[in-house]
Amino acid sequence: MSAVNLISAESIKLFSTRSPWWCNLLAMVLPVGFATAAVLSWPTDVPISVTEVQMGYQFGMMLVLVMAALAVTTEYRFGTMRTTFQAVPGRSSALLAKTALVAGVAGLVGLVAALGSLGVASVLHPVSDLGLGTADELRAVLGVAPVFVFSAVIAVAVGLLVRQSAGALALLLVWPMLVEPLVSVIPTVGEHIQQWMPFVAADHFLRGERSMIADPVLSPAMALAYFAAVSVGLLAVALVVARRRDA
Amino acid sequence: MIEVEHLTKRYGRTVAVDDLSFSVRPGRVTGFLGPNGAGKSTTMRMILGLDRPTSGTVRIDGKPYRELDRPLTRVGALLDAKWVHPNRSARAHLRWMARTNRLPNRRVDEVLETVGLSGVADRRAGGFSLGMSQRLGIAAALLGDPEILMFDEPVNGLDPEGILWIRQIMQRLASEGRTVLVSSHLLSEMAQTAEELVVIGRGKLIRQCGTAQFVDEASGATIRVRTPQVERLRGALHQEGIEVRDEVVDELPTLVVAGTSSERVGEIAAAQGVVLHELSVQRGSLEQAFLQLTNEAVEYHAHDGATTGNEGTDR
Repeated sequence: MSAVNLISAESIKLFSTRSPWWCNLLAMVLPVGFATAAVLSWPTDVPISVTEVQMGYQFGMMLVLVMAALAVTTEYRFGTMRTTFQAVPGRSSALLAKTALVAGVAGLVGLVAALGSLGVASVLHPVSDLGLGTADELRAVLGVAPVFVFSAVIAVAVGLLVRQSAGALALLLVWPMLVEPLVSVIPTVGEHIQQWMPFVAADHFLRGERSMIADPVLSPAMALAYFAAVSVGLLAVALVVARRRDA
Repeated sequence: MIEVEHLTKRYGRTVAVDDLSFSVRPGRVTGFLGPNGAGKSTTMRMILGLDRPTSGTVRIDGKPYRELDRPLTRVGALLDAKWVHPNRSARAHLRWMARTNRLPNRRVDEVLETVGLSGVADRRAGGFSLGMSQRLGIAAALLGDPEILMFDEPVNGLDPEGILWIRQIMQRLASEGRTVLVSSHLLSEMAQTAEELVVIGRGKLIRQCGTAQFVDEASGATIRVRTPQVERLRGALHQEGIEVRDEVVDELPTLVVAGTSSERVGEIAAAQGVVLHELSVQRGSLEQAFLQLTNEAVEYHAHDGATTGNEGTDR
């Protein structure tokens, strides 16, 4: 079965209900809103950095996680996953098509959110001379897209493993917001372990030395590669489980 | 052609389907009959490759379902009419299904027309009545114009008009030479639609045979004979070792014969030169027949009495 048809089928599913539209819209609007608030509260005569402006990516990421997880769990909730597996009994190709679509949309949303944040901030705060001149600035802005892509992959995988919305969303929101930041509290090893937490690594990629890691082992680029590897690994496990399990 | 061989499904220590073998042939409606909890839906899910059998195989025209290319063009199924996203329109639901199997959008419009949902195709499926949902499910099953169709309890909860419509569409599909498997827990329903029956209880095959034959055997069908030469016929039948009972039906003396066929009774009468005024096969209540056969196989027995409230009345 051709990948184009399967992705097209998944896009009919994704865009024929309202909640993905709202999630994606908010995932673009919230970071821009955050950037607006950040520059408005910043002293007008002191330059603000691109990294500060992009801090709101986390809100967008939360909504991308919700959108991607729901794309899977609502299918289990309403039984359409069974219809999907009936139409594509190999399962993996349909699930990969879904992942590709959802991750692609997430990347696009990330790009719009980041460029929008940058645009709004540079208009509202001309003193800062915000742009994409340095490697750090490029990563902080354009890097939001790949981070959203792999976040979506993680959310699809968790959705496949957990199969129900409440559980998947609780896990996906609590993990990056509460569990990963609190890992550093573990005595002696905590800070070392923390940089291997996937979302901490993604944050390190975007914010470089401004991230919460004190003494990073990985370079920002390697941190993204690590984040990607975790997401793909999790997806591989989820696909194997979904193939084996009764639908 | 659906071939089920030694199919078994265990959930922990519960055996839902137990060494089940049967085949479903084209050109007729085959009823898949059994009490609730007998394993009909589980079997159907295994036929579609949704559930993994603990052991045994299912073949669709010689191949496992998972090896079918564009399976919607081979097998159409309605297992649960509620398997639709409530906020998605009927048209969008069928469109994404069509896309997965490279079916043209034209097919979507055609099947919507067939089931009479064209007018509401763009309304959200969550607002559909049960009858409309059932029609949408049938449209989905017909989407790929498949040779094999499966319906799980399609008339459950429908009004008489809906039931009649479903029966007609199933019979039409079978008359087009397709393989049609329909499950039900009601023998009376199956007697109206199915030519052949696969009867299961507690996951085990009880019987696969023609519907009429099943009903005859199960109800211990009797033959009613009226003749002015009662004594002579009774004697002849006795000589052949056939049981005869005298009854009065509609104020007329009647012989009730059991354990043989109406053909045999007719032949004996002719050999003796006995005039017959009536020779008819009497069938017992279908549901009684069904209960009799599946009695040992029913998972949840109704309590025989002395129960209070709803407990034990219907499970």
